[in-house]
Amino acid sequence: MSEDHIEGPSGLARLRGLTGLQLAFVVALLAVAVAFPVLFPSPVDTNYGVYALIFVAVASAWNIFSGLSGYISLGHAVFFGSGAYTLGIAARDWHVTGTAVFALLPLAAVAGALIAVPFGLIALRVRRHTFIVITIAVFFIFQLMAYNLSFTGGTTGLDSPFLPWGAQTYNNPFYYIALACAVGTIAVAWLIRRSRFGLQLRAIRDDEDRARGLGVHAMRVKLTAFVLSGAITGLVGAVWFFYLTQVQPPSGFDPLFDLSVVLMAFLGGLGTVSGPVLGALIIEPGQLYLTANTNGYISEILLGALFLVAVLLVPRGIIPTGGEYIRRLTTKGRAAIPERGPASQRAPAPTGPRSDEGATREGGASKGARRQAGKIL
Amino acid sequence: MSVLLRTEGVHKSYGGVRALDTCTIEVNEGTVTGLIGPNGSGKTTLFNVITGYAKADAGEVYLADRRITNMAPDKVFALGIGRTFQLTRIFPSLTVMENMLVASQHHRAGARKRAIEQLEFVGIEGYHASLAGTLSYGQRKLLELAYILVADPAIILLDEPAGGVNLSLVNHIAARIRELNAAGKTFLIVEHNMEFVMGLCHQVTVLDSGTVVAAGPPDIVRTDRRVLDAYLGEDLEDSDEDPDPAEGT
Repeated sequence: MSEDHIEGPSGLARLRGLTGLQLAFVVALLAVAVAFPVLFPSPVDTNYGVYALIFVAVASAWNIFSGLSGYISLGHAVFFGSGAYTLGIAARDWHVTGTAVFALLPLAAVAGALIAVPFGLIALRVRRHTFIVITIAVFFIFQLMAYNLSFTGGTTGLDSPFLPWGAQTYNNPFYYIALACAVGTIAVAWLIRRSRFGLQLRAIRDDEDRARGLGVHAMRVKLTAFVLSGAITGLVGAVWFFYLTQVQPPSGFDPLFDLSVVLMAFLGGLGTVSGPVLGALIIEPGQLYLTANTNGYISEILLGALFLVAVLLVPRGIIPTGGEYIRRLTTKGRAAIPERGPASQRAPAPTGPRSDEGATREGGASKGARRQAGKIL
Repeated sequence: MSVLLRTEGVHKSYGGVRALDTCTIEVNEGTVTGLIGPNGSGKTTLFNVITGYAKADAGEVYLADRRITNMAPDKVFALGIGRTFQLTRIFPSLTVMENMLVASQHHRAGARKRAIEQLEFVGIEGYHASLAGTLSYGQRKLLELAYILVADPAIILLDEPAGGVNLSLVNHIAARIRELNAAGKTFLIVEHNMEFVMGLCHQVTVLDSGTVVAAGPPDIVRTDRRVLDAYLGEDLEDSDEDPDPAEGT
């Protein structure tokens, strides 16, 4: 998927940014994802699928803010857990039962967004490392609140309403809900990555002060991305809660959650659309497999080791590193400076007062000026 | 000729260090004004105060008749003041074209077309799809100038545009500034290269210890004894005979 330019118009026209091959790949991948529960109907396999897709959605949501802006959040579990708790409390207090609980899902997104506003207004006043520390601090505040507030159920947490689905196919509705969340989040991430808003976030990542000096309302842009990311993460947290049927403080507000999500994005490629997806599809099933087939702590040790390997061997992630390797192969032997476009696409012929170099006016340069620049450079 | 940019009695201190002290300057519309002075005299600090990167402790900054004192950088830019930095600040992980588009926030219609025009104007249009981080230092200087131009600000503040680049590129940059000025663009330029300043500027303002000690046309300022003694020493007089820009103060 092309990830290095901004597209003009909105809507379906943006799909023109994909090549035929890329579009075919995306469609094939989507078809495989839709057919997965049919091809692998075992609950063990669909369980892998549900968790993988939940983390595809969460890693992509995290990447919309942290990957694009460069502000690494280690506090997204706040949104994830709050989404779960919000739905648990709402279902309990409003006596919502059965499949009607899914109608409450938007509430989890609203909760994530509402928490992200004050959280962001405080945390986004500081830069980079201090921001990370603040997100960790807020995370522990929320975990402690979950332990100690009366309406959260304390250490016992909350149970989700019973869903009257058969054991053999219980996972399938969740699989498709998680798939919808994942596809929706990827689509949002893709649109943002190609939008002016995404460009502003990436400019902030490179040099926030410079971006401000070029008219970017940095705080507004960062906060918008943070709130959007928090809303999606809250929504996915609620889906996870329904699937797991319960939430407790250490599982809803789990520090390993944030580390896993960060690792997914780093491994696949921070700031790219496909990177966090790939990272989540590698790491989450791997973690589940190791947890199920080894002593629990082995998976955590391997997770840490994988983090080290990723940072040392592919510090920019699999997608950017792989893409660069392919680009090197395909552009081998070509001139460093690309050819200029056809005459019809060039700037209008310059007019106006002449200067000492023959370049003529603001907005257009003479051939003489370009020749001289070419010599100089 | 009307005054486009004006600072009145600006004070700025960093801890116990007084960077600007009752600093008052004027830049007339349609002129190229040089801001010179020894290292640490407050030139870049004044740029920072004007563009909102630093807050003035006292004093006022006006763009035309509008008070812009201590406005945020994004607002100052939107009102029509663009600036470059002493050490070029581009967005290295974005392409050259994307760098241009970041600066066109307030001029969205036809942004790509204008971006290409400005890249052509400075002579680096062939790099529009390259990552900005792969450009040479000189190319980055040109990119920084180009993305300021794409926003079409009323006045452009250039912080050492000739610093660290070869003589050919210095001449190229000077020619571009002359050309833009001929089209009506106003410049305020901080520069240590005296030949560059004296050959380009209509007015020169001299700062020392954060205070303006002289201001006027280059021919007047260059013969001002206080300026020669305090800031330029014998180098300026030498530079009349020796055109090597490295001889500049």
